[in-house]
Amino acid sequence: MIRYLLSNDLPRSRVLSTLLIALVITLALAPLLFPGAKALAVAAKILVFVLLVASYDLLLGYTGIVSFAHTMFFGIGAYSVAIACSRLGPSWTSIGIGLVGSIAASLALALLIGLFSLRVRAIFFAMLTLAVASAFQTLASQLSEWTGGEDGLSFRTPEVLSAAAQWRDTPLQGLGFTVSADGRLLAYWGLFVIVCVAFLLLLRIVNSPFGRVLQAIRENPFRAEAIGYQTVIYRTLSVVISALFATLAGALMALWLRYNGPDTSLSFELMLDVLLVVVIGGMGTMYGAWIGSALFLLAQNYLQALMQSLVKPLADGVAMIGGTGPLADVLRWAVGLMGPDRWLLWLGVLFVLSVYHFPEGVVGRLRRF
Amino acid sequence: MSAPLLSLAGVQTHIGTYHILHGVDLEVPSGRVTMLLGRNGAGKTTCLRTIMQHWRRSGGSIHFEGVDLAPLRPSEVARLGIAYVPENMGIFGGLTVRENLLLAARSAQNDAQIDRDRLNRIFEQFPALERFWQSPAGSLSGGQKQMLAIARALIEPRRLLLIDEPSKGLAPAIVETMIAALDRARQEGTTILLVEQNLEVARRLGDFYAVMDNGRIVHQGAMSALVSDPELQTRLLGFTLGNDDGPTRH
Amino acid sequence: MAQPDTESSWKLPQTRVDPLLWGLVPLLAGLALVAVGSPSTWLTLTVAGLAMGMMLFMIASGLTLVFGLMDVLNFGHGVFIATGAFIATTVLGPTGFGAPGGWLLVPQWHLQIAAVMVAILVAMAATGMLGLVFERLFVRPVYGQHLKQILITMGGMIVIEELIKSIWGTQQIPLPLPEALRGAFIFGDAAIERFRLLAVLIGLIVLAVLMVILGRTKIGLLVRAGVEDREMVESLGYPVRRLFIGVFVAGSALAGLGGVLWGMYQQTITPQIGAQVNVLIFIVIIIGGLGSIMGSFVAALLVGLMGNYTGFLAPKLALFSNIALMVAILIWRPEGLRPVTKIR
Repeated sequence: MIRYLLSNDLPRSRVLSTLLIALVITLALAPLLFPGAKALAVAAKILVFVLLVASYDLLLGYTGIVSFAHTMFFGIGAYSVAIACSRLGPSWTSIGIGLVGSIAASLALALLIGLFSLRVRAIFFAMLTLAVASAFQTLASQLSEWTGGEDGLSFRTPEVLSAAAQWRDTPLQGLGFTVSADGRLLAYWGLFVIVCVAFLLLLRIVNSPFGRVLQAIRENPFRAEAIGYQTVIYRTLSVVISALFATLAGALMALWLRYNGPDTSLSFELMLDVLLVVVIGGMGTMYGAWIGSALFLLAQNYLQALMQSLVKPLADGVAMIGGTGPLADVLRWAVGLMGPDRWLLWLGVLFVLSVYHFPEGVVGRLRRF
Repeated sequence: MSAPLLSLAGVQTHIGTYHILHGVDLEVPSGRVTMLLGRNGAGKTTCLRTIMQHWRRSGGSIHFEGVDLAPLRPSEVARLGIAYVPENMGIFGGLTVRENLLLAARSAQNDAQIDRDRLNRIFEQFPALERFWQSPAGSLSGGQKQMLAIARALIEPRRLLLIDEPSKGLAPAIVETMIAALDRARQEGTTILLVEQNLEVARRLGDFYAVMDNGRIVHQGAMSALVSDPELQTRLLGFTLGNDDGPTRH
Repeated sequence: MAQPDTESSWKLPQTRVDPLLWGLVPLLAGLALVAVGSPSTWLTLTVAGLAMGMMLFMIASGLTLVFGLMDVLNFGHGVFIATGAFIATTVLGPTGFGAPGGWLLVPQWHLQIAAVMVAILVAMAATGMLGLVFERLFVRPVYGQHLKQILITMGGMIVIEELIKSIWGTQQIPLPLPEALRGAFIFGDAAIERFRLLAVLIGLIVLAVLMVILGRTKIGLLVRAGVEDREMVESLGYPVRRLFIGVFVAGSALAGLGGVLWGMYQQTITPQIGAQVNVLIFIVIIIGGLGSIMGSFVAALLVGLMGNYTGFLAPKLALFSNIALMVAILIWRPEGLRPVTKIR
C-alpha cells in the first residue's frame, strides 16, 4: 500500500525514512504540538515550500533545466487568488476563478518559455528566465491598481477558513494547552492534505515512464534524441508541469496568508532560496524538498535567535577588549559575520559546498548510510 | 639506428567508458618519417591526441627524448618541440593567414620577428599563403587550409611533427606540394609521425611504418620492407602499395 | 614583406564592416526621434542612453569574453559591479582616506577629478583581485559543467554580497557626484549632463583599448584564437588556463570600473545593485552574441538607448522593452548579433 502511494520510490534509508515520518507527523499535528501563532505559521510555510521546491526539483533535478522563472509561476498562483478574492469577494467561486485563471496563465507562459527554449542553448535559457522573471516582478509592482503594488494585497477568505468560524464548541486538546477549533485549523489541515496529495502526484510523475525519459534526457540529450524521444516535447512538458505545481503552491500560500505581495511571492531572494533548498536537500530526490524546506525554514526562523544568543557574549567580549583601532574593527566584523543577520552567508557557503562536494544533497548523503 | 625520439610503451586510453587504446607499443625513430597506418577506427587519432596529452593515458608510458609526457599539459608538450596538426586542421577561420602563422611562431611577438628565411620557404612551397596573407583563413579553400596547417608546423623548427591525415580530400597537385614540404623537413632532421590512409603518400614519404588495429600496433618495420613484400601488404592492409601507378586493391 | 593581392584585398578583420549591425543603433535612435518629437529631449535621452550603454558594455565585455574563451558563464558577475561601487564610496565618501568629509567636497575641481580617478583605480584593482579569488574558488572547480557553474557562481555571488553587507551595511549609501561633474552643458533647449559625457568618453576609451589589445597584440590574438578553438591554441604551446585567468581578472576589473560609474550615475548604491544590473548584462550579452566584443558593444548601446527611450515614452514598459528587444533579435538571429563560430 505504502509502496503504491509512494510510486515505488521509497526513501531507501532508515535514517531518512525515520526523519521523514517524524517530519510529516509533526507537521500534521503541529497545531496541537506547538502553542502560538508563529509555530503554525512556520509549519504552513514549510508545507508550501515543500510543494514549491518539489516542483522545482522536477525541473532541475530530474530534467536538468535551470530556470529562474519558477517563482514567477508561484507569484501567478498567489496573485490570481489574491486578486480574485479582493475583487470578487471572499468566496469559493472567486477562489475557483482565480485558480483557473492562474492555471491558464501559467500554462500559456510555461508553454511559451518551454518552446522558446528550443531555439536557444541551455545557458541562454537560464538567462532568459532570469530576465523574464525580473520583468514580471517589475510588472507586478507597477500594475499597482490590480496588485497593490509594493504593499501587496490583503484580502479575506471564505468564512469557513477564518478564525471566527468555530466548527467545534469545545477546544481541541493540545500538548499542555488548548486550541480553539476554528477555521484556521481547517485551513492548515486543508493545506497539509493538499500538499501531501500533490507531492504524491509528483512522485508518481517522476517515477512514470515520462519521468524516466526526463532523466534520460538529463543524462544525455543527444542519445535520447537518437533513440527517438523528442526532447523538445518532454522538456516543455516538464516546464509546464513544474510551473503548474508551483502555481498551486502559490495559490495555497496566498489562501493561507490572506495576503500577497511582490516580496512574498516574486522576489529574486525567494528564487534563490528555492534554489538553495533544492540543492542542499538533494536534487532529483523529491524527498529532498521535505528535508531541505524544513531545515531551511527552521533555520531562518529559529536559528537566527539561537545564533544571536550565542554570538552576543562573544560580541560583548570583543567590545570590552577591543576599544578602537583597525584590529578591533576587524574583530568586530569577524564576530558580526556569525551574527543572525548574516545567516544567508553561511547558507550560501553551505550551498557552494553542496554543489561542489555533495551534489546529491542531504538526502543523498543519508542514503549512503 | 639511433635511440627513438618518441616511444610509447603499453599505452592505454579510455574515453569515458570506451577503451580505445589497448596497449600501444610504438617507437618513432629520430630524423625519419614514420607512417601510422590502419583502417578507420583503429585508434590512430586517439594515439596522437594521447601523445599530445589532450587525452590522458590510463596506462602505459610515453617518453619523448627521455621526458615522460604523462604529467604534462598539452601546451607543455608543444613547448618541448612537438607540433600537432589535427585531422580538422585547427585553422582559426576568423583570423588572417598572417595571424595564424604568427600564433604558430611562438618566439615572434609580431610579423617582423618571424624567421624571414623560413617564411619565404613556406611561400615558395605554398604560394597561396602569400597571396592570401591578409585574408581571413576561413575564406581559403580546403586545400589551402591544409597548407596553412602544415605551414604552421613548419614556421619554426620543431623536433617532432604529429600530423593526422593531411591528404584527406585534397587534390593530387596539392598532395604533391605537401609531400615536397614534408620531405624537405625530414631532410633537415625533423622527425615526423604521420597518420595516413593515402598509401601513395605513405610509400613515398615513409621511412618506417606501423600498422594499428583495434587499438594496438600489430606490425611495424621499415617501409622498404613493406614495399617489397606484396603478400605482407595484402595481409596487413588489404591493398598492395603497387608501384608508381598507385596501389592495387585485392 | 608580403603584399596583399589586389584581387583579394580584404580589410583587416577587426574593422570588417557589418552594415546590418552598425545600422541598428542609428535606426533605433532615428525611430526614437520620431516617437519623442522634440529634438532637444531626444538629445538628452540619447546621451543618457549612450552613457548607460557604455557602462553596460564595460561590465559585459569581460563576461562575454570569459564565456567565449572558456565556455564559463559567471552568473555572479554582478558581484564585481557591487564591489566596485562600494569601494568607490569608501574612497570618495566621508570616511575616505585623506580629505576630511570626503574628497567630493574638496573645492578644487582638479582634485575632485583626481579623486574619482583614484577611486576608479582602487576599485579596479580590488575587483581584479576579487576576480582572481572568485575564479579560484567558484569557477575553476567546475570547468565544463554548465549546470554546476550556474549554481556555484550564483552561490559565490550570494556569499560575497553577504560579505559586502557585513562591511558596508545593508542600507543605501549615497554616492554623490563631485561638483566638477555635476550640471550640464546647454545646447539650445537640450541639456547634456557632464557626467554622462564622461561616461561615454570613458566607454569609448575602453572600447578603443580593447580593440587595440585584441587586434594588434599577440595576447589579443591568443584570446581571439582561443574563443574560436582553445584546444588548438593549447596545442600551439600556449597555456590556455593562464590566459583565461588573465581574461577573467581583466573582466572583473572592467566590471568594477563599470560599477563605480554606475554608482555615480545612480547616485545611490544598495547591496542589490549587482543582482539588478546582472539581468541587464545578461540581456546585453545574449543580444550581442556570447564571445563577441563588438556584438556586446552594439547590444549594450541598444539596451541603454531602449531603456531611456521607453523610460520617457512609456515608463512602465522599460524593462519589458529590453526583453522584447532581446526576443526580437533572437528570432532574427538565434545566436545573437555576432556569434562566434566555435570549433571546440
